[in-house]
Amino acid sequence: MELQQFYYDNKIVKNFLYATLFWGVIGMSVGLLLAFLFLFPNLTDGISWLSFGRLRPLHTNAVIFAFVGNAIFAGVYYSTQRLLKARMYSDILSKINFWGWQLIIVGAAITLPLGYTSSKEYAELEWPFDIAIAVVWVVFGWNLIATIFKRRQRHLYVAIWFYIATFVTVAVLHIFNSLAIPVGLFKSYSVYAGVQDALVQWWYGHNAVAFFLTTPFLGLMYYFIPKAANRPVYSYKLSIIHFWSLIFIYIWAGPHHLLYSALPDWAQNLGVAFSVMLLMPSWGGMINGLLTLRGAWDKVKTDPVLKFMVVAITGYGMATFEGPMLSLKNVNAIAHFSDWVIAHVHVGALAWNGFLTFGMVYWLVPRMFKTKLFSVKLANAHFWTGTLGIILYALPMYVAGFVQASMWKQFNPDGTLVYGNFLETVTEIMPMYWFRAIGGSMYIFGMFILLYNIYKTIKTGSEVTDELAEAAPLQKISKRRLAGEGFHTWLERKPVQLTILATIAILIGGIIQIVPTILVKSNIPTITSVKPYTPLELEGRDIYIRESCVSCHSQMIRPFRSEVERYGEYSKAGEYVYDHPFLWGSKRTGPDLMRIGGKYSDNWHFNHMYDPQSTSSGSIMPGYKWLITNEHDRSNIEAKMEAMVTLGVPYTEAEIANAEALMDEQASQIQKNLYSDPDFVASYEADKKYAEENGLEFVEMKDREIVALIAYIQRLGTDIKIKEPETSTTSN
Amino acid sequence: MSVIYLLLTVSITVAVFFFIVFILAVRKGQFDDDYTPSVRILFDDELVKEKSNKSTKH
Repeated sequence: MELQQFYYDNKIVKNFLYATLFWGVIGMSVGLLLAFLFLFPNLTDGISWLSFGRLRPLHTNAVIFAFVGNAIFAGVYYSTQRLLKARMYSDILSKINFWGWQLIIVGAAITLPLGYTSSKEYAELEWPFDIAIAVVWVVFGWNLIATIFKRRQRHLYVAIWFYIATFVTVAVLHIFNSLAIPVGLFKSYSVYAGVQDALVQWWYGHNAVAFFLTTPFLGLMYYFIPKAANRPVYSYKLSIIHFWSLIFIYIWAGPHHLLYSALPDWAQNLGVAFSVMLLMPSWGGMINGLLTLRGAWDKVKTDPVLKFMVVAITGYGMATFEGPMLSLKNVNAIAHFSDWVIAHVHVGALAWNGFLTFGMVYWLVPRMFKTKLFSVKLANAHFWTGTLGIILYALPMYVAGFVQASMWKQFNPDGTLVYGNFLETVTEIMPMYWFRAIGGSMYIFGMFILLYNIYKTIKTGSEVTDELAEAAPLQKISKRRLAGEGFHTWLERKPVQLTILATIAILIGGIIQIVPTILVKSNIPTITSVKPYTPLELEGRDIYIRESCVSCHSQMIRPFRSEVERYGEYSKAGEYVYDHPFLWGSKRTGPDLMRIGGKYSDNWHFNHMYDPQSTSSGSIMPGYKWLITNEHDRSNIEAKMEAMVTLGVPYTEAEIANAEALMDEQASQIQKNLYSDPDFVASYEADKKYAEENGLEFVEMKDREIVALIAYIQRLGTDIKIKEPETSTTSN
Repeated sequence: MSVIYLLLTVSITVAVFFFIVFILAVRKGQFDDDYTPSVRILFDDELVKEKSNKSTKH
C-alpha cells in the first residue's frame, strides 16, 4: 500500500488554544468580580454595565462558550486530524469557525453588559447572535463531517463519536430554544410563554451541560488521557456502551430543573427517572477514564498533565453523582434556588472542564512547539493552588446552600417562620461567600501561573504550523459505490454533505413556520383573572429583563408550607401564559418576587432601587441609580405589543393604538403616588429647580425607567390575589 | 404544555437519528474490534524526526 504524505493543521489548534486562555482569564475575572460583589454590593456603584445582573450572564457565557468552547475546538481540531489521519477538510472553514466564534464572543462581551439579553440562561445572547452561532456551528460541523469522509483511518475512534453527537445535538437544541420574534436589532421575545418557555429553556439548559460541557470533553478525555499516559483506554467496549447510553438518556433529563414548579407532575417525574438512570453512563465514562491510569499511577505522581486529568475525572464523577441525587424531588426541595447548585456547577466547571483543559494545554503546547514544558514545578504549583481553590470554593458553597435552605424552612411552634426576614438567611452565610471569593481567587491565580509557564514554553520552542505526517489512503471496500481509482471520493461525499446541510436548512425553515402556529393556539389562559401586562408594565418587564433581576430573584413559589407562608399563594401554570420569556429564575440570592406586587409602596421600591441598604439594612443588593435618572425610551411599544399579539397575547388594536396614552396615564399615577413621601418631593423639586435655573433639560419622573419598573413589580402576582385563589384552575 | 409534544418529537427524532447511526456503525463493522482502536491511537504518525533529519542534511 502506497503511503501518502500530508500536513496536520497546527495553526488552527494554536489559535483556539490562545483564545481559550485569553477568554478563560476574562471569564474567570468577571466571575471573581461577581464573587466580590456579594461581599461589597456597591463595589461598582452606579455603573450600569458593571452591575451584577449585567455581568452574571457575561460570566456564564464567557466561561462556557468562550473558555470551554474554544478549548473544545482546540482539542477537537487537534485530535480529529490525528484520529482520522487527515488534515481538516477545509482551512477556510476552520478559519471561519475560529474568527466567527471569536467575533460572536466579542459581540457578547459588548452587548451583555449593555443589557441586551433574552434572559434565558446560557442563551442570553440576542437573536442576531443566535443566528451567527447557528451558522458558525454548522460550519464547524460541516468541517468535521467532511473530514470524516476524507479520512485515512476507516475505524472511527470513540472520541469522534462524541464529537459528532456534540455537533448534531447542540445544533438542534440551540435552534429550538432560540426561536423568538425580533422587535428590534437587539430585542426579541421568546415564542414560548411561561411553563412552555421554562420547559424548552431547561430542555436546552440541561443539554447545554450535556452536549457542550460533557460529551465533547468526554471525547477529549478519551483522546488526551490515553495519549498523556501512553496507555490504551481501560475498556474500549465500555466507552462504546456508555457513549450510546449517555446520548440517549441525557436529552430527557431537562425537567429536573423544574421540580415542584408549575410544570405538570408527569413531565417532572419523567425528568427525574431519566436523571437517575443517567448515573450509569456518566460513571461508565468516569470509571473508564480513571482506570485507564491503572498501573500508571507512578506517572501521575510525577506528571502534572495526568494530575490535572485525574482531578478533572474525579470532579466529573462527583458532579455526575450529585446530579442524579439533586434530581430526586426530596433533595431538590432543599437544594434548588440555593448556593448548593452553585457549588455543584462549579465542581463541574472548575474541576472537569477547567482542569481537563489545563491538562490538555500542558500536554499540547510542548508537543506542538517541539519542546519541553518550561517548568514542571510551576505546573505543580498551579495544580495545587487550583485544587485548593476548587475545594475552598465548593465546600463553603455546599454549607451555604444547606444552611440557607434549612433556614428558609424552619417554623416556630406557633406556625410562624423562624427567619421571617429573608435577609437573616443571607447575612448568616456571608462568611461562606468570603471563602468562595478566596477559593476563586486562588483558582484564577493558578491560571496566571499557567499563562506564564506556557508563555515561557512557547518562547523556547519552535512553531510547526503544518505538521508533516504520513498514512496509507483508505482502500475502497464498499460495493455500492462506483469506485474509481485512487480516492476521488469528493463526488461521492458531496451528496452526503448536501443532505445533512439541507436537512438542517429544512428544519430551521419548517420550524420557524410551524412552531409559532402551534404555540399561539396553546396560549389559552386557564385562569380567567390573569390579564396581559399593561403597556407600561410590559416596558417595565423589559427593564427587569435588561437588568437581569432574574439572576437573583425567582418568580416561582413552590407548593411548600414554608414558601407559601413566606411569599404567598404558590404559583400556578396559568399565571404565566403571557410571560414571553418566562422569568422563573434558578437562584434566590434575594427573595422570590412572584407576589411582590402590592406588598410595598411605590416609594419603598423607589428608595430600595436607589439605595437598597437604606430600606433593608445589610442587604447585598446593589443600587440601581441609573434607573432613577434615565429617561425611558418607550418608543418601540407598539412593535412590542404587536409581536405579543402574534404570539397570542390578546391586546386589542385600540390598546396598541393608545399605548402611549395608557402608559402616560399609569406613569402619572405612579408619579403621584411617589409624591406621598416628603423626602422624595423635596429632592425631586430641588432637582427640577436646579435644572430650570441652569437651563438644563429636565425629565419628568413619569418618563423615567424606574416608574415602568415599579409598575411591573407592583403588578407581579396580583392577578389572582385580587380575587380569592379558589377561582383559579391549574392545568396540572 | 403543548410544547412538550414538540420537545418529544425533536428528542425522539434525535434519538432515532442516533439509533440509525448506531445500527449503521455496527453494520459497517465499527464496533467489531473493541481492542485494537484503543491501542492504535497511541502511535503517532507525525514525521517529526525524519523531517528534522532531512532539513539538517540539506
